[in-house]
Amino acid sequence: MSILIDATTRVILQGFTGDKATFHAKEMIEYGTRIVGGVTPGKGGQIHLERPVFNTVKDAVKATGAEASLAFVPPAFAADALMEAADAGLRLVCIITDGIPAQDMMRVKRYLRRYPKAARTTIVGPNCAGIISAGKAMLGIMPGNIYIRGNVGVVSRSGTLGYEAGAQMKALGIGVTTSVGIGGDPINGSSFLDHLMLFEQDPETKAVIMIGEIGGPQESEAAKWVKENMTKPVVGYVAGLTAPKGRRMGHAGAIISAEGDSAAEKAEIMKSYGLLVVPSAAEIGSTVARALRTAG
Amino acid sequence: MGSSRKGTGASWPLLTHEPAGGTGGAMDIHEYQAKELLAGFGVTVPPGGVAYSPEQAVYVATELGGWHWAIKAQIHAGGRGKAGGVKLCRTYQEVAAAAKGMLGAALVTNQTGPGGKVVHRLYVEKAEPYVRALYLGLVLDRRIERIRVIASAEGGVEIEEIALSRPETILQEQVDPAVGLQSFQARELAFGLGLNIKQVSQAVTAIMGCYRAFRDLDATMVEVNPLVVTRDDRVLALDAKMSFDDNAMFRRPKVTEMRDSAEEDPREARAAEFGLNYVGLSGDIGCIINGAGLAMATMDMIKHAGGEPANFLDVGGGASPERVAAAFNLVLSDQSVKAILVNIFAGINRCDWVAQGVVQAAKGLRVPLVVRLAGTNVEEGKRIIRDCGLPIITADTLAEAARKVVAASRGGDVT
Repeated sequence: MSILIDATTRVILQGFTGDKATFHAKEMIEYGTRIVGGVTPGKGGQIHLERPVFNTVKDAVKATGAEASLAFVPPAFAADALMEAADAGLRLVCIITDGIPAQDMMRVKRYLRRYPKAARTTIVGPNCAGIISAGKAMLGIMPGNIYIRGNVGVVSRSGTLGYEAGAQMKALGIGVTTSVGIGGDPINGSSFLDHLMLFEQDPETKAVIMIGEIGGPQESEAAKWVKENMTKPVVGYVAGLTAPKGRRMGHAGAIISAEGDSAAEKAEIMKSYGLLVVPSAAEIGSTVARALRTAG
Repeated sequence: MGSSRKGTGASWPLLTHEPAGGTGGAMDIHEYQAKELLAGFGVTVPPGGVAYSPEQAVYVATELGGWHWAIKAQIHAGGRGKAGGVKLCRTYQEVAAAAKGMLGAALVTNQTGPGGKVVHRLYVEKAEPYVRALYLGLVLDRRIERIRVIASAEGGVEIEEIALSRPETILQEQVDPAVGLQSFQARELAFGLGLNIKQVSQAVTAIMGCYRAFRDLDATMVEVNPLVVTRDDRVLALDAKMSFDDNAMFRRPKVTEMRDSAEEDPREARAAEFGLNYVGLSGDIGCIINGAGLAMATMDMIKHAGGEPANFLDVGGGASPERVAAAFNLVLSDQSVKAILVNIFAGINRCDWVAQGVVQAAKGLRVPLVVRLAGTNVEEGKRIIRDCGLPIITADTLAEAARKVVAASRGGDVT
């Protein structure tokens, strides 16, 4: 098992015919992802990468039975694309786009509440590397070969730091069930907590590592939930011990602007809720190995 | 929806500006610009004008008329009043003297850092006597993923101070993004502040105006502190701060025009031109890394190994030779840099391509360079570095890279 996607998941790409989308669609297909088509308004009826192109997400869903989408849409049109995907009934949308206005994401999140919880779309991202269920399917832009199949769930804000974690684990022979990038924006589609809940229910996942960074209350909220609900060991890492207060560190959401936002505070909170905290970025793999031993 | 929430939660969103100077990704504007924008949304502000010289300041004062003027230093930082950046003047001579004293001098406030910020512009405002000073702030609260409106009867001091000393005076409303802030919510706040009915309707106009400006201009913060009540029941924005979402500036040309490059760190401005993210710090190890999270983690590793990073620098996804060269130039423009660490985990970037850029940029380098490559085509990338004939120190892991660059920065043997 894995979470969010596997080899059977029918996937479309929004913004299918663009250069970047085309490049990554090929990589995803090669990895084994079941890509059934894509959407580019105005190019409906064409064939791209031997797959049909549709004008609207609804058309694509009707014709292909798609459940998930990967959106490669410029920032100005991203909110619209996300709401279109939600309205077409997709179960999952992953959005890579960096630079979406925060108030647009605020409206998207509100829009999702139109649908009952059971029918609500899960958004992963924006400003993320995507999702990979090792050896099964990839919905993103990561190098697939970093990850080997195994029993650790990974959820990370940062893309490349997620790669670093995957590589450190691989070097120790530790594989992943699914690795999810939730993105570096202040308002993201889904949170650490959302994915921890899924990993808790996934029988194949034996332990989870969450890789956070400065800014926002998400890491702390997730840690609290772990203490109260999670039966599997969770490893925590927070990047940005050296980040000064009030400065944005690359990611729009990586800024210390409130109490509890700093890396030291978050690590301390994680520790207090019983997470196994990674002492330094070089010890992500070895700490996960320790967690796996406690998982038995 | 929208019930009034009194008191504060455990976490309090700071409304202050960056203490270290520079924009660091969010766009700030001056007080007079914020007032101009807010006035466009119906918020009442005292009459005033901008001055770049003492003569202009006097001229603005004569144009405004009246007997009292506030001369206010325009810098992108709060805490000006206590630091001498706001002076009340009763004569034109006083106006000229105050302007002369402020212009060209560095103003050090509790938010500027020790170096302060040089004052290039003044705002000359007709001084209004007032009977009450209130606090009004709006933030995009990432925890609730909504705009939060905050008000307090204890204006004129920083909201963090109020939150500590008089949390019970803080009133809050959350805005449902589907329908926006409603008049009843603004009324609840205004009555909650203890205003009389005449003042309430003025305060509602101010609150609704600030909200509309926040929404329509893609702000991330609007702060009116103080919002004052005059003897004749008018409600005025005596000070105003606004910050904007950089990601939304493509659709806000009017706000973008208000950018004041003199307020920005020149290195950060140059970095932005190349699409790089750079934040200057006080250490001596230059960092060039792809990805914000990996960059922060690498800096933490440098610290863990006993060093201090000189900067944060994310070269981003497409680390082309031009971008790598620009990154080296930026990092080296900081004279305190004693060694550089390049840490690239290539996904879409191929290591060989990154390595070529690094080798080109490293020719004639004045400081030791440690390079760690990982990911796609790593072997080819390493070969290029090894065979280039330059004294580049290589590392395979994050720990090794951090250890080597710290040793190199101290002139130690790192082989």
